[in-house]
Amino acid sequence: MAPSVDAAARNRALAAALLARARDWQAADARAGRFAHGRSDDASDAARLADDYRLLAHDLARARALMPGSRTREYLESAYAHTHATLHHGAWRAGSALRRLFLEETPSAMRWLAPYLAWTTLIFVLAAGAGFALVHQYPELIALFASPDTIASVERGQLWTQGLLNVVPSSILSVQILTNNIVVTLFAYCLGFLFGLGTLYILGLNGLMLGAIFAFVSQHGLAGALFGFIVAHGFVELSVMCLSGAAGAAIGEALVRPGAGGRLESFRAAALRTVPVLVSCAVLLVGSGFIEGYISPDPRFSLATRIAVGVGYWCLMAAFLTGRLFARRAPAAAPAAV
Amino acid sequence: MNAPLPDLSVESVTGIDVALPVAGPGARSFAFIIDWHIRFVLALAWYVVATLIYNGGFSLSPPPAFEQAWFAAILLPTFAIYFLYHPVLEVLLRGRTPGKRSVGIRIVTRAGGPPGAGALLVRNVFRLIDSLPVAYGVGLTLMVLTRESLRCGDMAAGTLLTYEHPVADAELLQDAAQRLGKLDTVGAEIATDLLQRWSSLVPEARIRLARLLLQRYLGAEADLSEGDELEWRSRLERLARPADGA
Repeated sequence: MAPSVDAAARNRALAAALLARARDWQAADARAGRFAHGRSDDASDAARLADDYRLLAHDLARARALMPGSRTREYLESAYAHTHATLHHGAWRAGSALRRLFLEETPSAMRWLAPYLAWTTLIFVLAAGAGFALVHQYPELIALFASPDTIASVERGQLWTQGLLNVVPSSILSVQILTNNIVVTLFAYCLGFLFGLGTLYILGLNGLMLGAIFAFVSQHGLAGALFGFIVAHGFVELSVMCLSGAAGAAIGEALVRPGAGGRLESFRAAALRTVPVLVSCAVLLVGSGFIEGYISPDPRFSLATRIAVGVGYWCLMAAFLTGRLFARRAPAAAPAAV
Repeated sequence: MNAPLPDLSVESVTGIDVALPVAGPGARSFAFIIDWHIRFVLALAWYVVATLIYNGGFSLSPPPAFEQAWFAAILLPTFAIYFLYHPVLEVLLRGRTPGKRSVGIRIVTRAGGPPGAGALLVRNVFRLIDSLPVAYGVGLTLMVLTRESLRCGDMAAGTLLTYEHPVADAELLQDAAQRLGKLDTVGAEIATDLLQRWSSLVPEARIRLARLLLQRYLGAEADLSEGDELEWRSRLERLARPADGA
């Protein structure tokens, strides 16, 4: 008959056997670290990592039962979590992540956002039309949309943009403009969090202001001058505004009409799906800000040049967002063997 | 009232779930305050050093009229350091920042892994909402109200903050394995740690900790008579004697 071993002695023996493997755990953690940082792509090392994972799971289960409050358990929890994350998520490489963002994720998000984009553009255009009609009918309402200085300048027959370069240098103007535009775009997106209403408010307000100001300047014979000022940067800037509004509306709809996963899950999925578009919007606004700082206020550029810049930049934006700008041509098919 | 936050439990093919302890508003706020000071000091240091170099003397005043070089070399980098600190560092360090690292927390996805660049960007974009109306009022309120201490950015990005387990020294664990004679694992770890750090502790602390350990593991059999610190050390070594009796 086997001699009986008391429970405490048995546990001590098991713990000693477990702790004797501390070096293996350390090696496993170091291996996981190498793979997580992309410092190893050795196949045999990767196979050993899978073995490490099983070893750590086994030892962690023992440690949780035998020594729950010990540093050994904490060490194993950490090494196991580290190895789990490395095996399931792999290394992160900035270059491939960026390529995937612009080549795959942005065009896919754009296709998904197409109906939202149609609606937000319609809302923006309707708001602009409403603003135009209001100020055209009741000119005194311009005080709701424009500052007293702007109104006074237009009434003197001069656009507030004239002489802008004499006051502020182009570089500073560009950075101020693009910072402001990026903040407005981000707000239009984030306020989708309020069930889409915040986004609609920002789109509607910006549309109303644009229409109202156009109506006001046209009453003073300055509509052509304002068009000349905004045409180079405005196509992309207004498109980006509608685009970020579309992303915000998608978030709003995810909250209003969540899927089977629930409201939070639906919100998360919509936010993650729209982020590539948001990154693209920020990139496009940097270009737009530079045009607005360097070309739009500079009287040396003719209207034809401005239109060419505006239309050209808009086409570039369309190619960028649909993934055509960076798409590689498919290799020519090999001739069939005879 | 002060119930501990639940662990984030992630299923694994091995059948042993990965358990990550969720960080609460306190740890998160502490990390944010450390990060805020770091970015403020960095931005200020850039402004001061660059302005001194630009002005060629002990003057921190900006030029009287707009100067493009001053704007590009001083003001723009200062604001960039301050406002891009979180998104850039979180993406580069895969969910960590110096503040989070010093508190021992990091950002993870609900699958327990490091978040991608997209999730980290969404998380940072939603700071606009979380920071409203002042001092992260919305974010703090949401953190207090949600079970896993999530702010709006975390909800959008599918992330949460978890503690990183303190990394024990593998040497210490191996030494502890040798000292399991009369001790359980926790006792062996503490005794090994105490013996390793003996010379770095003040004499009163050495004696107090050795007395506590002897009392706990030997009870009435413990020799707790007065003695100098060398005597206490030898008593502790007898308690935590390596298993082979050497």
